[in-house]
Amino acid sequence: MAAGDRTVLQFNSPSSASLSAKVHPLVIFNICDCYVRRPDQAERVIGTLLGSVLPDGTVDIRNSYAVPHTESAEQVALDIEYHHNMLVSHQKVNPKEVIVGWYSTGLGVTGGSALIHDFYSREVSNPIHLTVDTGFRNGEGTVKAFVSVNLALGDRQLAAQFQEIPLDLCMVEAERVGFDILKKTAVDKLPNDLEGMEVTMGRLLALIDDVYKYVDDVVEGRVPADNNIGRFIAETVASLPKLSPPAFDKLMNDSLQDQLLLLYLSSIARTQLGLAEKLNTAAQIL
Amino acid sequence: MANSMARSFLQVAATEEVASPLRVVQIEGLVILKIIKHCKEFSPALVTGQLLGLDVGSVLEVTNCFPFPIREEDEEIEADGANYQLEMMRCLREVNVDNNTVGWYQSTILGSYQTVELIETFTNYQENIRRCVCIIYDPSRSNQGVLALKALKLSDSFMELYRANNFTGEKLREKNLSWVDIFEEIPIKVSNSALISAFMTELESDTPVTQCDYDRLQLSTKPYMERNVEFLIECMDDLSMEQQKFQFYYRSLSRQQAQQQAWLQKRRTENMARKAAGEEPLPEEDPSNPIFKPIPEPSRLESFLVTNQIANYCNQINGVAGQNFNRLYLMKSLQDN
Repeated sequence: MAAGDRTVLQFNSPSSASLSAKVHPLVIFNICDCYVRRPDQAERVIGTLLGSVLPDGTVDIRNSYAVPHTESAEQVALDIEYHHNMLVSHQKVNPKEVIVGWYSTGLGVTGGSALIHDFYSREVSNPIHLTVDTGFRNGEGTVKAFVSVNLALGDRQLAAQFQEIPLDLCMVEAERVGFDILKKTAVDKLPNDLEGMEVTMGRLLALIDDVYKYVDDVVEGRVPADNNIGRFIAETVASLPKLSPPAFDKLMNDSLQDQLLLLYLSSIARTQLGLAEKLNTAAQIL
Repeated sequence: MANSMARSFLQVAATEEVASPLRVVQIEGLVILKIIKHCKEFSPALVTGQLLGLDVGSVLEVTNCFPFPIREEDEEIEADGANYQLEMMRCLREVNVDNNTVGWYQSTILGSYQTVELIETFTNYQENIRRCVCIIYDPSRSNQGVLALKALKLSDSFMELYRANNFTGEKLREKNLSWVDIFEEIPIKVSNSALISAFMTELESDTPVTQCDYDRLQLSTKPYMERNVEFLIECMDDLSMEQQKFQFYYRSLSRQQAQQQAWLQKRRTENMARKAAGEEPLPEEDPSNPIFKPIPEPSRLESFLVTNQIANYCNQINGVAGQNFNRLYLMKSLQDN
């Protein structure tokens, strides 16, 4: 088959077909904060993404910092020295975080982005471009990740195409802190141990109520039965360990006694502290 | 006319600004996430970092922070550390981040943070900044679904005493200062910009139950309790050592006083004999005699700090025990049904 005259528009697929990215909530917080603090004449914020590449090819984006830039209709200028300084400073703390890409606010990818992407591809191979739509143009906040792919016509490089890659928000830390704290604009008090327990138990109760209502509905015939859900509920209920009542009582009482013992110990310790303090400071020197 | 105006100006210039007492520390969600990330990445090593923000009236706002690199025990790295700090502050200034240092944060293990180094760092900071705060984060407690974040400040009366470096019993009784008064805990308020809360509401996964809830309902808290009690025992040992020091001091003091009395008696009888013989009486004091040398009183600072730590552990044990009661009763009711 003569390869010859026909030149074909080649779409090179990205180097690993399963390239995806994971973003930590800290990065989004950082970007939003920088956006709110941007200088008045700038329309958008540009910055560097730091992170690491996991062994299975996923890019883990863990940290970010903003880089001052000037933008006009024709050109974009990035403060490269600042970028390097911040990179060095960050790597002093955490040498494992390397550049994995860059971010910009605003929905789509603009012309100037290609130039910046070019600059970043000189720093690291295959950088990720993250866009965070702070303008909520679609009616919701969208966070998208892109990789650049070269479009070549035969031997000539035509353009770079930004292809979207799947983005995963890994929210584990934020969940640990509690979304309630991070969601509202002002929280008056951090919940302490018992209040947190209360909230959690409230949620558990709500869940149990929901399941109860669902089962009731199915029995009454108001809702068509779904076998999968039914099986799931049966499994959950069956997962309670089957202990005979005296065995369970003994187990529980033992644990209760352990806790009471600890409480008693700590009260004794505190009494000791009170005594020690009196002895130390109340003694009169003759 | 001019006179009264001039006087009022003088009055204004003359009245000193009275700093309103610090009531609340307002932290941004961004700072909390950064602190959590930094402390968790390097746990169990202890890490520190700097807090930046604004001091407004009775609220201390913390708007950003940056971590410190782990300091090696090397002389030349000292200058590096200072350089790093200046560099970071300069860079953050360029992106319009508040440039004032308002304190520092550090991670801790199981709440064992009351050390002399903490107090020294506080005094160092307090020389330059009028109001600074220290935020303590305990990453080991986040496994139980509790956000263990505390804002601490040294109380003013304690600071004065520390500067004078005088911790004798009399001074403490004068000021009515006990171990509770060393550290003051300030309530924390969390604030977020509207943009961020919009994003968070948007991006939050829809599950009604989060990882936090799973952690809180976990039944096995034994390892945590065990470590807590271990630390408690160690601290008790330290406390008893301090007690022994005091005992020793008191015993030697009373022994010295007995010696002084005996010596004084002897002198007096000698003087009586001399007076009878018509000679000059000897002085009743003899500063060169070693039994008159005042014994230094041991400082109570260590014992106060240890006491604070013990109280902390006890509080933690109480808290977790309370949670465990809840969980056990929950299990019981589930089983009964």
